[in-house]
Amino acid sequence: MKRNVFALLVVLLLGWAAYASFFVAPTENTMGVIQRIFYLHMPSAIVAFCAFLTTFVANLLYVFRRQNRWDWLAVSSAEVGLAFITVVLITGPIWAHPVWGIWWTWDARLTSTFVLWLLYVSYLLLRTLIEDPHRRALASAVYGIFAFLDVPLVHMSIRWWRTQHPQPVLMGGPGTGLDSQMKIVLLYSFIALLSLMIFLVRQRYELEALRGQADALRREAEAA
Amino acid sequence: MTSAGAPLGLRCNNLEKRFGNFMALRRISFEIVPGEAVALAGHNGSGKTTFLRIAAGLSRPTAGSLHVGSEDIITTAVRMRIGFVAHQTMLYDELTAEENLLLFARLQGIATAAQRASELLQETGLIDRRRSLVRTFSRGMRQRLTIARALLHAPALLLFDEPGTGLDAPGISWLAATLLRVRDAGCTILMSLHGQAELAAVATRAMRLEAGSLAADSSSGESIESVLRVRER
Amino acid sequence: MSLLQTTATLFNKELRTELRSRELITTTIVFIVLVIVLFSFTFDPGSSESRRFGPGLLWLAFLFAASLMLQPCFLREQLNDTLSALRMASPDPFAIFLAKLAANTMFLLLTELMMLPVFAVLYNVPVWHVLPQLALVLFAGSVGICVAGTAVAAISAQARMRELLLPLLLLPLLTPVLIASTEATAALLADKPELRLDWLGFLAAFDLVFLTALWLFGEFLLEE
Repeated sequence: MKRNVFALLVVLLLGWAAYASFFVAPTENTMGVIQRIFYLHMPSAIVAFCAFLTTFVANLLYVFRRQNRWDWLAVSSAEVGLAFITVVLITGPIWAHPVWGIWWTWDARLTSTFVLWLLYVSYLLLRTLIEDPHRRALASAVYGIFAFLDVPLVHMSIRWWRTQHPQPVLMGGPGTGLDSQMKIVLLYSFIALLSLMIFLVRQRYELEALRGQADALRREAEAA
Repeated sequence: MTSAGAPLGLRCNNLEKRFGNFMALRRISFEIVPGEAVALAGHNGSGKTTFLRIAAGLSRPTAGSLHVGSEDIITTAVRMRIGFVAHQTMLYDELTAEENLLLFARLQGIATAAQRASELLQETGLIDRRRSLVRTFSRGMRQRLTIARALLHAPALLLFDEPGTGLDAPGISWLAATLLRVRDAGCTILMSLHGQAELAAVATRAMRLEAGSLAADSSSGESIESVLRVRER
Repeated sequence: MSLLQTTATLFNKELRTELRSRELITTTIVFIVLVIVLFSFTFDPGSSESRRFGPGLLWLAFLFAASLMLQPCFLREQLNDTLSALRMASPDPFAIFLAKLAANTMFLLLTELMMLPVFAVLYNVPVWHVLPQLALVLFAGSVGICVAGTAVAAISAQARMRELLLPLLLLPLLTPVLIASTEATAALLADKPELRLDWLGFLAAFDLVFLTALWLFGEFLLEE
């Protein structure tokens, strides 16, 4: 019952955020309607980062506590984070093409995001290639920790590199200001997407937990 | 070949190990008194190797505990006082017999590494092949070198997983004599056997594992031969 | 036995085993030469393009070569289960990693230094005048590659398809190293050679972060 209420809340928040993106936010001066994809693009990136941060913490907790639920949380969060990152990588080019005439520009943030995507795809791939659940959890936890520690380094190196070899910057650089109306819509969007993330992670976690419990039951049956 | 200290005892409590869905060890509990020489019997897959690897500190139990001496095997450096012979040789094929022994002697902080290595090469009859690469050794010679490696640091607890593998009849006699000497010099022995009578004769106690559980223990009255179901070779 | 002594003993073993078989160094050299030659077919190696693309191609060649060279790192120890013997005999598991890391860095560096003249000749890029600085950059980059690489080798040794998995896990992690090393190398090979201390400092930071992570979490990768 609680889950259905939460699901309904998420749908409402998403609906409101979508409405606000199209009808409440003012139209941007130079880019027109296509700019509204920004309200999907940027919050998705932040939410994805929250998901990966959750994975990192879960990885640490698994390594030091060895409780299965941290492994379940880590994989759930990573998968959902990956989905949001994919949204970022798709909305980027969709926005870029009408405005710049090109699909991809190796813009610093987009490039960092792409590397992040690669890292977490590797993390999930690693998991599919180890069968023993404990080894899988431990090995992927350590890799996940390394991957997360790499993220700021990736970010920094790409940014420095890009300041020396400038390319067109999507979504405006750090200096561009945001209309206060736009900021509010951005916030709505962020809250909506964050609640979607929490919902999805919980669903995925419960699936993983069910699998774990089925395994435990099977073990008890064998032991008896 | 005296022990570097008093022999160590071993105690396991509700020890459990599972791999995915497979239960290799199901809550075993028993105690081995310091100085005992225990023979462990059981079919393939009964859990002997799993148990020995946990006792050596290489594998972590999924539940329960195992103590060697007074220390928990998970956490401490009591492993440095344990000698282990596994299924695989644990030797570097690209190094000579002497280099292998020197490596492990140095790692374990043995002061007279070269001398100790020579002693053991002499004991195992490999002194003439000390400068040959292990790659060129027969299975029997590798097994003897592996046993030499396990005895390097004069351990207080010896764990042997089917130590007779690859040894011919004279080799087994030599091993039995060595184990007897080691036992009498003050070292606890736990060895898994597959029915070699000569080695079983060294044992002061026998246990049998079946499907991860302790099925028989000679300390409860049954004879060693009956527990091991020894067949003469 | 102190950490340094244990590492030295193990490092000695790594050198000896490699010198006996000579598999790693020879195959790595051949591979790098192959890559350099193949790359030269993709552009005009005589002109100024060499200076532009050369450093990047060089480091890509090093990265790919390292992915191959690191494969046997822990697989060798699985052959006769010598890893278990090391775990029982070494008081500190970190020594095992340090020794392998040092050996791998040395082999990689050796190969890179041998490849420099080949690169210089085939691509008409003079390197002699900046050799010491170039060696410094090669060192900093190689340490980075090998720290992450040794950790990833330990991780992939536990999985299926490990030969394919190692580069998949390693290359995204090494994006910062690729960028930093390429930029530093390019600066040294430019008309006015410049030693970019900022990129070198960045490489040092990368090395430190991952070395610390390896120190903290490496032992969990050796567990059964």
